[in-house]
Amino acid sequence: MKHLMSCLKGYRKEAVLAPLFKLLEASLELIVPLVVAAIVDTGIAAGDKSYIIKMCLVLVGFGLVGLAFSLTAQYFAARAAVGASSALRERLFCKLQSFSFAQIDEMGTSTMITRMTSDVNQVQTGVNMTLRLFLRSPFIVFGAMIMAFVVDVKAALVFVAIIPLLSVAVFAVMAACIPLFRKVQERLDKVFLSTRENLAGVRVVRAFCKEKSETAEFDVRNGNLRGAQKKAGLIAALTNPLTYVLVNLAVIALVYVGALRVDGGALGQGDVIALYGYLSQILVELIKLANLIVTITKAVSCQKRIGKVLEEAGEPSVLCACANGEQSEDLIRFRNVSFAYAGGGENALTGIDFSVKRGETVGIIGGTGSGKSTLVHLIPRFYAATEGEVLLEGKDVKGIPATELRERVGIVLQKAVLFKGTIRSNLLWGNGNATEEELLSAVKKAQALDVVEAKGGLDAEIAQDGKNLSGGQRQRLTIARALVRKPDILILDDSSSALDYATDAKLRASLRETGSTVFLVSQRTASICHADKIIVLDDGKPAGTGTHEQLLATCGVYREIYQSQFKGEEA
Amino acid sequence: MKRAKNKGTFLGVLHYLKPYWLYLTVTVLLALVTVAMTLAVPYLVGLAIDCIVGAGNVDYARLGDLFLAIGACVGITALSQWLMSLSNNKIAYHVLADVRKDAFRKIQTLPLRYLDSHAYGELASVIVSDTEQFAEGLLLGFTQLFTGIITIAGTLGIMLAMRWQIALIVFCITPLSLFAAKFIASRTYSMFKKQSETRAEQTAFIDEMIGNLKVVKAYTHEDENQEAFQEVNERLRKCSLRAIFFSSTTNPTTRFINSVVYAAVALVGAFTVISTGGLFTVGNLSTFLSYSNQYTKPFNEITEVITEFQNALACAARVFALIGQEDQISDEGAKELESAQGNVALTNVRFSYDPARKLIEGLNVNVPAGKRVAIVGPTGCGKTTIINLLMRFYDVNGGSISVDGEDIRAITRRSLRKNYGMVLQETWLKKATVRENLCMGKPNATEEEMIAAAKAAHAHSFIKRLPHGYDTVIGDEGALSQGQKQLLCIARIMLCLPPMLILDEATSSIDTRTELKVQDAFAKLMQGRTCFIVAHRLSTIQSADLILVMNAGNIVEQGTHEQLLAKGGFYAELYRAQFAAV
Repeated sequence: MKHLMSCLKGYRKEAVLAPLFKLLEASLELIVPLVVAAIVDTGIAAGDKSYIIKMCLVLVGFGLVGLAFSLTAQYFAARAAVGASSALRERLFCKLQSFSFAQIDEMGTSTMITRMTSDVNQVQTGVNMTLRLFLRSPFIVFGAMIMAFVVDVKAALVFVAIIPLLSVAVFAVMAACIPLFRKVQERLDKVFLSTRENLAGVRVVRAFCKEKSETAEFDVRNGNLRGAQKKAGLIAALTNPLTYVLVNLAVIALVYVGALRVDGGALGQGDVIALYGYLSQILVELIKLANLIVTITKAVSCQKRIGKVLEEAGEPSVLCACANGEQSEDLIRFRNVSFAYAGGGENALTGIDFSVKRGETVGIIGGTGSGKSTLVHLIPRFYAATEGEVLLEGKDVKGIPATELRERVGIVLQKAVLFKGTIRSNLLWGNGNATEEELLSAVKKAQALDVVEAKGGLDAEIAQDGKNLSGGQRQRLTIARALVRKPDILILDDSSSALDYATDAKLRASLRETGSTVFLVSQRTASICHADKIIVLDDGKPAGTGTHEQLLATCGVYREIYQSQFKGEEA
Repeated sequence: MKRAKNKGTFLGVLHYLKPYWLYLTVTVLLALVTVAMTLAVPYLVGLAIDCIVGAGNVDYARLGDLFLAIGACVGITALSQWLMSLSNNKIAYHVLADVRKDAFRKIQTLPLRYLDSHAYGELASVIVSDTEQFAEGLLLGFTQLFTGIITIAGTLGIMLAMRWQIALIVFCITPLSLFAAKFIASRTYSMFKKQSETRAEQTAFIDEMIGNLKVVKAYTHEDENQEAFQEVNERLRKCSLRAIFFSSTTNPTTRFINSVVYAAVALVGAFTVISTGGLFTVGNLSTFLSYSNQYTKPFNEITEVITEFQNALACAARVFALIGQEDQISDEGAKELESAQGNVALTNVRFSYDPARKLIEGLNVNVPAGKRVAIVGPTGCGKTTIINLLMRFYDVNGGSISVDGEDIRAITRRSLRKNYGMVLQETWLKKATVRENLCMGKPNATEEEMIAAAKAAHAHSFIKRLPHGYDTVIGDEGALSQGQKQLLCIARIMLCLPPMLILDEATSSIDTRTELKVQDAFAKLMQGRTCFIVAHRLSTIQSADLILVMNAGNIVEQGTHEQLLAKGGFYAELYRAQFAAV
């Protein structure tokens, strides 16, 4: 709850005023039965018509004032609810963005998206309803009891007996519902996953003619969701009948007690009507409350799920206040680095040790799953080394603020992702202040000029996920995006795999001219053989470091890789 | 126009309700019972109050009877109310599930052209959230509406019978609240629509940025995103506030009208008690006041429901718009292609994604069965488009493509695709176990077959090292490397052995040492099968029977490696560039 509360803080005035005005309105409603009692016992009994007219005008006046009060309340409630959920969404987005790669892996993006969208919407409705009604209902219930005491103490005891019973009934139902609604949400997540997966993987699904089995799986999930919804509905639907029975039993008791009191001359007939009026009001409120319970329990469980996300510690800017370290002429140094993914068991990298000077080109080669990507991910500290240190200019990267570190690095990830917008808007990700010339020069260097021209210039539209581009076109634009940044360190994580050899060769030639320190991850020896230094990985362990010629002479694994590409040509 | 659209939406709703007519009937009957009983209670209480006239003037015997009657009514009401809710839930949740089911089926039959041009976050939001808003708003609202209407009719009937003069007053004033509600609802519809649109825009943004969070972080683009997010968020806040506030004015307004009704009944009722000299009793007045509350309450509910309806209708319209989208051209009447020999011919093919931009014009290629075709060319020259056409993800705009002499448009997509094995550069795996992913093309494969395929694809060893082996749940995101995913995709094909293959850079992320080993298996796989291979590895290209050299959407040259080299054209240039790199 505390997150929601703190989001409401900015709307403290609204959050207080909304229920307050509701209560004012409710108070007026509570006086109404007294007025009616007065009409019966004073007006009718004495046949005083002008008194009756006066009292009825009072009733209309109450209505008018009540209208003003409740409009005010609605406005403040809407403002607070919308404002708070908007703040919550913003915080959540900010928090998710601060997650480390390990946290992203763990949570999964589809869960993150559900939290941001439907969960927050539920909370918004919940807050709005709570401010509008949730406080009002108990107020009316207790207010009615107090008014009953004003009318007659003995008869009011009926109220005292019934209210705890009602509260127990309402809260028991609510408590039973919360876990059920949580289950509904979980199953909804699964339905969402199916939907998203089938939209994203539509080509593969169709290629394998899996439409039917995917649909069957969706049907199962959809059916499970429906089952959970019905089960939750079964319990939630108990509230109304339960309260109705309790209140009407109270009505019988009240009329009986009333009869005794009137018989003894302690009460008038109008008083009994007034008391009955109060009980009816309680019933009306409880029905509203019952309808609300579903909304509120849903909101509470969504809010809890959001709370869990918000309570995760995001990635800290620095991981340790590591000492500045020695001055070093090496730009990057891996000092006996090992790394294991969280929960992944074995080390993904073990005993990596090398250094790189400014302006050098480093090739990283090795088999599928040998840890090449993991190694370069340690440089911008997407993941932190579990043992040993990665040093940038002699400073442990764990001690360098993440933003500062990452701004010096241009990394092109394996999966070439572009965002909806234009080519320009995508390139500007590299550096928001880049000029037209800088953009074009980066495009040229990335061998993507023909892509830009084919699409009709820098302002050509790019669809979500760059769907209107081919794999190779996407790769080159992502490389251009990294180059716009003019990074100290440029990392290409197997990002020219979809390029043909000619383009790849041209690309490497132009990268050499940039003066950046370049890390090239590749599986083609042709792509990295001109590197100043080549690191060969085999199953997460270094198998050799050196130049192409040195490695050919000394490194068995490298030789095998080389031969597989230039001798064993058989496909 | 809008009216016609609403009518369409309405018919859509009816269509989904049809299978549940029995439950609908039950709901209606239970609603009648509930309302009748609920109305009886205040009447009985009124009678009871008339038994309590004053000191020493109380009819206890009659009171006892009345209490029994009240108790019985209350019991029946409670039971029928509960059953009614259950029946309601049944209808609402089943219809919701049915609509989702249809929407999901729609994904499977929509043309790719439609899917490629819509952000899938938006579509997912229609299928998941809009359906829910629609079902809950429209259906639960509907039953509320129905009980409301019977309550109004019932109350009015009793009041007319008791004292028509007073009933008439109630009858005349109350409809004001309906007018007020209608007025407000018509003003807020557009606000809800705006809210719904803005929300969809925000969802698409979240989907994109959170979905690719790693890239965002790599570019330290968090701040810019936060800014962009806040901008949309603020717009959403503003239009949500408008929509929510203005729609919530309905309730107070109608409540005010109710209090006027209440006062009028009290006034006229009190006068009547006085003027009739006790014929119209105080107990009657109490009943009347209670009824006038009960009579006006459904009006409030109805008006609330109407605002809900507006929102739900907007959602329903979007859902039905999706469901009503035109399917890809039906396979109806198309032939089943049995196991194809693999003669593929492209005749005079013309195609483009965007009518304004020509792409492929007059393409002619003839591939005899069992031949290996390599498609080469600079990146972005249209190689992937050829695959889109071969697989019939898109249909040609002109000319034809045939398999074994049969125009592929005359063959069912399913049987055509069954004949192709496709490995794309962009791997896609389901969030499911390794086993389920591997057996995608052949669900009845035995354990041995599966392991043999995994071994052939050299995936077995790393699968074994996964936490739960073949039962490890993997997904599109997650810890597998791109190369490992490709190996799985290859194993997937090795298992189902279709007669024709499409390999789009199928081994681009696999290291060459492993690839070399996989190649043996590939070579065996390709034996006697027609293959289309998009590749840039020289070895693959050299051994092809036919090389298609593409540039800017057109086949500029075709022939064997030797022929093309001898020609000294575009291909020769590409070839030299490669060797320059070695």
